[in-house]
Amino acid sequence: MRIPCPLCGPRDRREFYYYGAEDYLHRPAPDAPPEAWDAYLHLRDNPAGITRDLWYHETGCTAWLLVTRNTVTHEILEVALVAGRTAPKPARGRRAAP
Amino acid sequence: MRVAGKGLVDRSTTVSFRFDGQSLAGHPGDTLASALLANGVKLVGRSFKYHRPRGILTAGSEEPNALVEVLEGNQQTPNVRATVQEIFEGLTAQSQNRWPSLRHDLLSVNDLAAPFLSAGFYYKTFMWPRAFWEKLYEPAIRRAAGLGRLSGRHDGAVYEKAWAHCDLLVIGSGPTGLMAALTAARAGADVILADEDARMGGRLLAETGQVGGQSGPDWVAGVLAELAALPNVRLMTRTTVTGAYDDGTFGALERVGLHLAPQADLPRECFWRIVARRTVLAAGALERPIAFRNNDRPGIMLAGAIRSFLNRYGVAAGQRVTLFANSDAARQTARDLQAAGIPVAGVIDPRPDASPSEEFPVYAGAEVIDTAGRLALSEITIRHKGSVTRIETDLLGLSGGWNPTLHLTCHMNGRPIWSPEIAAFVPAPNAVPGLIPAGSAAGVFSTARCLADGVAAARRALAGIGQRAPDVPVPEAEDGSYELQPLWAVPGKGRAWLDFANDVTVKDVRLSVQENFRSVEHMKRYTTQGMAPDQGKNSNVAALAVLADATGRGIPETGTTTFRPPFSPVSIAAMGAGGRAAGFAPQRFLTSDQASRDRGAPMIEAGLWYRPGYFPRPGETTWRESCDREVAMVRSTVGVTDVSTLGKIDIQGADAARFLDLVYTNTFSTLPVGRVRYGLMLREDGMVLDDGTTARLDEHHFLMTTTTAAAGQVMRHLDFVQQAFCAAWDVRTISVTETWAQFAVAGPLARRLLSGFLETPAGLPFMGCAAVRLGGVAARLFRISFSGEEGYEIAVPARYGEALFRDLVARAETLGGGAYGMEALNVLRIEKGFITHAEIHGRVTAFDIGLDRMVSPAKDCIGKAASRRPGLTGPEREQLVGLRSKSGAAITAGAHLFTPGDAVGRETGQGYVTSVGFSPTLGAWLALGFLKNGRARIGETVRLVDHLRGIDVLCEVADPVFHDREGVKLRA
Repeated sequence: MRIPCPLCGPRDRREFYYYGAEDYLHRPAPDAPPEAWDAYLHLRDNPAGITRDLWYHETGCTAWLLVTRNTVTHEILEVALVAGRTAPKPARGRRAAP
Repeated sequence: MRVAGKGLVDRSTTVSFRFDGQSLAGHPGDTLASALLANGVKLVGRSFKYHRPRGILTAGSEEPNALVEVLEGNQQTPNVRATVQEIFEGLTAQSQNRWPSLRHDLLSVNDLAAPFLSAGFYYKTFMWPRAFWEKLYEPAIRRAAGLGRLSGRHDGAVYEKAWAHCDLLVIGSGPTGLMAALTAARAGADVILADEDARMGGRLLAETGQVGGQSGPDWVAGVLAELAALPNVRLMTRTTVTGAYDDGTFGALERVGLHLAPQADLPRECFWRIVARRTVLAAGALERPIAFRNNDRPGIMLAGAIRSFLNRYGVAAGQRVTLFANSDAARQTARDLQAAGIPVAGVIDPRPDASPSEEFPVYAGAEVIDTAGRLALSEITIRHKGSVTRIETDLLGLSGGWNPTLHLTCHMNGRPIWSPEIAAFVPAPNAVPGLIPAGSAAGVFSTARCLADGVAAARRALAGIGQRAPDVPVPEAEDGSYELQPLWAVPGKGRAWLDFANDVTVKDVRLSVQENFRSVEHMKRYTTQGMAPDQGKNSNVAALAVLADATGRGIPETGTTTFRPPFSPVSIAAMGAGGRAAGFAPQRFLTSDQASRDRGAPMIEAGLWYRPGYFPRPGETTWRESCDREVAMVRSTVGVTDVSTLGKIDIQGADAARFLDLVYTNTFSTLPVGRVRYGLMLREDGMVLDDGTTARLDEHHFLMTTTTAAAGQVMRHLDFVQQAFCAAWDVRTISVTETWAQFAVAGPLARRLLSGFLETPAGLPFMGCAAVRLGGVAARLFRISFSGEEGYEIAVPARYGEALFRDLVARAETLGGGAYGMEALNVLRIEKGFITHAEIHGRVTAFDIGLDRMVSPAKDCIGKAASRRPGLTGPEREQLVGLRSKSGAAITAGAHLFTPGDAVGRETGQGYVTSVGFSPTLGAWLALGFLKNGRARIGETVRLVDHLRGIDVLCEVADPVFHDREGVKLRA
């Protein structure tokens, strides 16, 4: 598997560290209810299909990447810099608003 | 026997080799199989289960029978296919799975017991008593069954790994592959042409037909010469593409030195990862045998293999040949043999309308129903027009048609499609993204059509990557039709082999259905069909057809099992190349490494780092003696140790202080320039991530230190927090761990050591830092301590590290001190109750280690919200305590704690021990550990139990800081 890093180009997945779901980007406010923190820390989807997750180009440019990929076909559909997000995504479904 | 004037081997040179102790000769270009056949050796092995005599069935990597051991000593390699192994001067090969000899194998008694050894025999027979399985049944079965033996010693040979990238990977160098490679090469694309054979050309080397007015081998030589001259083409012979993976990545095994006598520095194999933008699969097709009674004797061979041995190696595998084939194409074998002067006794053709021939007798509508010959074929029995006839023959060629070599197209979940026209499976479209099956691998079965398909496939591939393809003329060649009447198994009594490698017969498959293992997946597992090293290459389709027949279903409805990587066996040694012993594992060495080794220090691995354990002095015989001396030395004079392994992260920017406030539980924005503060870092789930000191070098410039263990993790964490939550802030971080060499100078005489040394004497307060110079070098001085003594750490650019270490140690020695290692460092910090990752192991909170007051109530920080969750604070938590062995007996880390009087069990556990050391300062065994409600239990007695090491000691619960609790020495 190769990930096309927006800064370095296509690189072998061994250069990357996998963290977890995109959810980690949506940190609740400090005073958010415990349910919001529980959802942020623990509740995850397990999709067969498109998923968005966080990868760190640890042995490359050290950029954190938001990778959109298909867990069934292993296709990588989009890679974006975490730091380059324009605005935080609105909270989804079961995640309580901060 | 060699045939005059035939073959491509170099007859001018002789190569001698040994098989089962017998000295034989062959020629360069021979495989072990062709050389054995040239010497008249037909019996080469014994079958897996019944120990039946077996010969050579094929001429390629799919060989199920002719598996041998090659080489000797620690190079001994089992299960080598004689059809793949090339001979070289001095090659030694042994037959397998026989005792005492190949001709007289005592376990061939299994063959007589065959009625009892049918499919499922083991499952039914060795059920009980249960205890017998491991002790009696399994060892006995393993001895009786099985293949070659390993030497039991370390394989001393070298193996390699390599990577390659290309525009187009062409797998297989027959007519299809060569035309595909030529087309792409002329277009200027980067081409890799890989073939598992030692010589490129595929079936063109084994056939007598003309290509473009030339002989097959001559035409191949011309194309290869053009390809070899092009800079954009890489030709890889002896390279089997073994697996298809994501993103156009392929695994491939190259036999680098297996065809040569072993040499110390010549790799035996190289495992490649080839990344291709497009791939043409031109792997050809595999001929399939026909099942009938006793169809497994030595001397029964695939018809195409007979042609390979004759036309490529100049070897006649028999002297009186018969052929059992259900297509016209297979008759080429008879024609080639006749032309070479070898008599053909008959062609048995099951098709009632088979055309007669003037060259040899044709038995139309006939079938072979039995064979005879104990160690080699001597005659066959045929059923023809209602009567049974015997024909004397020593070589029977079989052809039940051809199966496209589509294995790679199944490696990413692709399921092949049944093609009734060729009675075989063909690749599903787009089964592997970017891979185009072409030629015989796609079910195209004439030379002319393969040549054209190769060009077409290359054009498609080039179009896919936006390259223009030139017009490449397709040479003229044989364009015969391929019409066959499927024949999988001849009906009749007796055992008819489907899977030669695992001894699976038609009967076994039918029995499987009878016992209701009707799905193809169940049949496979019940009979073990297709599970041998050949992975069912010779038997899958026929077994499926028999299963379909037995269950009354069609073949497409019956389905097929899938092919998984590898296409052919890959040695673990090749896949693990670079991973044996230290291999390519990175090692990190301190700048003081050589200086420490010069002083005899044994090195301890700390992650990837190597750190000195202790510095033995003359007369010291155990590490404890050295360690105790070094601890006492630091407490009484001065010690020097290398602390460069601690992670160092440089943090700069106008928002640097604000950033530290977010990642640390405590506040750093209030830290004055020139001062250092201890910080605690949490994970977002509230558990402790790391601790360390951070110095404020300037208003917008901080230097963070992390523990050795978590340096990488902390860097990753800082990058995440910065990029995910404060990307707009003016703050940047970078690891400078290897930029600076840093040494701790600790002890009551530390200041004296430094005062004579620093060019700018620094009257630093405790937790102060300053830029200093020493020896003309700009350095950094920190007054921090991990030992509890007055301590300094000096950092210099790494290139000065070794010189500074040697200088510091020499100066310390003049003051009665010296270097100290990890062992002493550990005891010193346990005496002071300083924690490491033995304590902050990922399951402890700030509360647990008694630092919850460091979580600032005035601000947010990573992990703060989660650290307040219920259950993460309170008396039920296991809290950090000190422990002191009451009797003076040794105690161990990893031991568990119990309330004296309680039963010792999981339910009554009160905590555990994380760090232990003998303190020469206090003359006692000390430990740090976690104890339920521990801080309230100081002064109590707990029972420390370590079942693993047989330790059961009473300990006194103490404050974790055993030494200088007030920090007087620290602040001196």
